[in-house]
Amino acid sequence: MALAEMPVIEPEKCNGCGLCVSVCSCKALVLIDNFIQVIETEDCGWCLQCEAVCPTGAIACPFEIVIEES
Amino acid sequence: MAVETEFLKSIPYFAGLSPAELDSIKRFTFERKVERGEIIVYEGEPAEALFFVVAGAVKVFKTSAEGKEQILSIVRPGESFNDVPVFDDGPIPASAQAMGPVILYELKKSELRALLRTHPQIAINTIKVLAEQVRQLVSLVEDLSFRRVIGRVARILLENTGDGTGPGPRLTQQEMAAMVGSAREVVGRSLKALEEEGVIRLDRHRIVITNKKALEEMVEESL
Repeated sequence: MALAEMPVIEPEKCNGCGLCVSVCSCKALVLIDNFIQVIETEDCGWCLQCEAVCPTGAIACPFEIVIEES
Repeated sequence: MAVETEFLKSIPYFAGLSPAELDSIKRFTFERKVERGEIIVYEGEPAEALFFVVAGAVKVFKTSAEGKEQILSIVRPGESFNDVPVFDDGPIPASAQAMGPVILYELKKSELRALLRTHPQIAINTIKVLAEQVRQLVSLVEDLSFRRVIGRVARILLENTGDGTGPGPRLTQQEMAAMVGSAREVVGRSLKALEEEGVIRLDRHRIVITNKKALEEMVEESL
């Protein structure tokens, strides 16, 4: 089974504030030893809230841009 | 749960106050917990209190008659919202909603006014806080007024698709905003508008260009 795309964390930027965990409604983010880790889940709807709320820019939700074959 | 003096110290309104002064402020401040999605204050209503975020994040936003949302700021721990109407007695200018579970400290308007009279340092700090908020809003107005972002976003999408040999670079909304010289929220709205136009489809982590020709025309027309 293909892995679900998940938000990308830059550990060196993470300050362990946990704001992203508090806004995530699909439990994809967890704070372990004061660093954020991502749990793969298909429930992640790519809402971008974690990226928006992070004060240090440690979380990225990048988009792939593709052209639909007609 | 008790209001913490240590946390009050970190709030810009109360910078430079002595422990005794902070203890006296504690008596007027109350903790409040709100659930994810709860609207804490509504645009247009009279304001009763100033709020400080202790934990979690709060979105401050306005909604148009057509239901479009414009985020004015995201308020994080140590920061405040509902400042303007508690000082000018006008209606609340923007709604505030909890982005996840949030803990707030609430300070009633009447008590805040009394504190300003008895603690001049708070009045000085208030000016700095409001000045910073005005500066942030000026920056947002500049972005929204002067730049036709949607055409620039369309161009970014066309320039960053895969070229057939492999996928193109992945871009966050923040990166797209930096590339077009705008704010992340404006890019987000532009993408939604392009989806409503039927030229792209937002499919979780993918932006699918469904009508390349129309997107190219949008780039031309935005000049």
